[in-house]
Amino acid sequence: MRITDLPAVRPKYAEDSERFHVRLREFWREYKKNRMAVIGVFIVGFFVSIGLFSPWLILHDPNEQDIFNRFQPPVWMEGGSWEHPLGTDELGRDLWSRIIYGSRVSLALGMAVAFFATTVGIFMGLLSGYYGGTIDSIIQRIVDILLAFPYLVFAIALMAVLGRGVFNLFLVLLYKEWVTPCRVVRGEVLAARESEYVEAARAVGAGGFHIMFKEILPNVFSSVIVVATLRVAWIILMEASLSFIGVGVPLDIPSWGMIIADGRGYITQYWWLSTFPGIAILLTVLGINLMGQGLRDALDPRLKE
Amino acid sequence: MKINFNQFINRLLQTIPVVIGVTLIVFSLMHLTPGDPVEIMMGQGTVTEGEIQRIREELGLHLPLPVQYLRFITGIVKGDLGYSIYYRQPAREVIFSRLPATFELMVVAMIISLAIALPVGIISAVRQYSLLDKIGTIGALLGVSMPGFWLGLLLIMAFSVNWIFPVAGRIGFGMAPQRITGLYLLDSILTCNWFSFWNALKHILLPAVTLGMSMAALTMKTIRSSMLEVIREDYITFARAKGLSRSQVVLKHALKNALIPTITVITLNMGVLLGGNMIVETVFGWPGLGSLVVNAIFNRDYPLVQASVLIYAVTFIICNLLADFLYTVLNPRVKF
Repeated sequence: MRITDLPAVRPKYAEDSERFHVRLREFWREYKKNRMAVIGVFIVGFFVSIGLFSPWLILHDPNEQDIFNRFQPPVWMEGGSWEHPLGTDELGRDLWSRIIYGSRVSLALGMAVAFFATTVGIFMGLLSGYYGGTIDSIIQRIVDILLAFPYLVFAIALMAVLGRGVFNLFLVLLYKEWVTPCRVVRGEVLAARESEYVEAARAVGAGGFHIMFKEILPNVFSSVIVVATLRVAWIILMEASLSFIGVGVPLDIPSWGMIIADGRGYITQYWWLSTFPGIAILLTVLGINLMGQGLRDALDPRLKE
Repeated sequence: MKINFNQFINRLLQTIPVVIGVTLIVFSLMHLTPGDPVEIMMGQGTVTEGEIQRIREELGLHLPLPVQYLRFITGIVKGDLGYSIYYRQPAREVIFSRLPATFELMVVAMIISLAIALPVGIISAVRQYSLLDKIGTIGALLGVSMPGFWLGLLLIMAFSVNWIFPVAGRIGFGMAPQRITGLYLLDSILTCNWFSFWNALKHILLPAVTLGMSMAALTMKTIRSSMLEVIREDYITFARAKGLSRSQVVLKHALKNALIPTITVITLNMGVLLGGNMIVETVFGWPGLGSLVVNAIFNRDYPLVQASVLIYAVTFIICNLLADFLYTVLNPRVKF
């Protein structure tokens, strides 16, 4: 046998990245079968790019007031102009620019909270599920206590004492949000703990952390991704609700919920003020939900409806 | 029907640490404020140092924290929920005066959500992939993607411009029926006051539809998927083979079992209803507990906020207990 007959020995990282490539392609083939899910990706991509490029998309400073041009209608109505494509509000601020800028807070908070909450949730869920016993009881009692509050009631009360602010909003949403991924991961870990691959790892002497993060986590990761995506939609709705009530973002940062609240007093005459930011929320959340469902169908066929 | 009492008592005992944790969190709410809560509540510079001291002592804020917490707990046990600074009344009385309005709104919202979710859920499961199924699925998706307060505003825009439905309050001025239960719809039926009934109904419809929609979407999805699961079971095929008609099988055999998970989901989603209730009450100026909390927040009436949050949490805990209980009663295979 000549040496060239043997399969070429390739560095491990190349193999890994190739495997990732193949898996990604497989995933996409599965994902794009669901047409609605693909639409979801486009909607989310659209709003994310609006958020990223908002400094170049706005026509005015979103907080710039123009008392002489209050309540201008959108461009297609009588009296509208391209100067203010979606009209102006009660202080003469440009609605288009405010909605464009509003996407930043909503999306950034939604993704940041989901990311950190998932990270914390994974860690707690792994600990809770893998070790069981006292650690599990303590973590699960904390989860129970946090779940005993209706979400919004809890968030509103906390925001009330902490005061408006983006960072406070982040903390308040995060405070409770890690509970969902924690429960999901714990459930999956409980199932995985009895599986053969974990037993095999234990047999060769792997430690707890190795088993949790290297063996179990990759296997439960797909359900975590699905849950985290769907939670982004929920967090965006919560942020909008809090800002609508008036305990969310500070007054100088336009957010969709707050723009709706601003227009609320004038809806019978100037309908556009509250309608357009609402459409922005609806489309964004809808897109994320479609994406999440698509991910679930592609990654986790067990949960397919 | 045999109920395993040990199991239930076990579950009850499990809620004790939860309730203690809840009271701890509610208690610490006031102490989380950056700065002096009394000064924030009273508005800076509007009261003298002596008055601040007096209020601090009245609220017991000068005592060490563990003592304050014990006072808070013993107060709750005795039914004393604190003293509302804004209304200058015991918080319990303020809250109880608002409860009938919230209860009425939630019941009507629940009825509306079931009236939509039950038929649509059943039909879309029985006729899977039909046009109605697709419309139902899209509707449910829109329902969960739409902020509740925005839907409320859209409804106000659509229906109140020509004054079909009033947009604020529970009933027209001076039209309240004689008070029996505090629920206007029920009271006006009991006193045969149809004029009040019609007026109260017109007031409650838009807020109840807004609140019911978010619930309807979730309930519909559950009914649909559990019906789909049940329909494929052997006993359904057997019932059909016996010669029972399709509607008989669906309504008598399948629905009964499909409702088990649905009831649980409804009870668990009470949290959505309780939280959404705050928003909807604020949008429609509904004089219930939700708008009370929101106003209390803006009035910096922290004792009232604490008391109402506690009421919300306890209601929710009871709902969850009820969900577990109902689930085992209806489905004896399940253990806690």
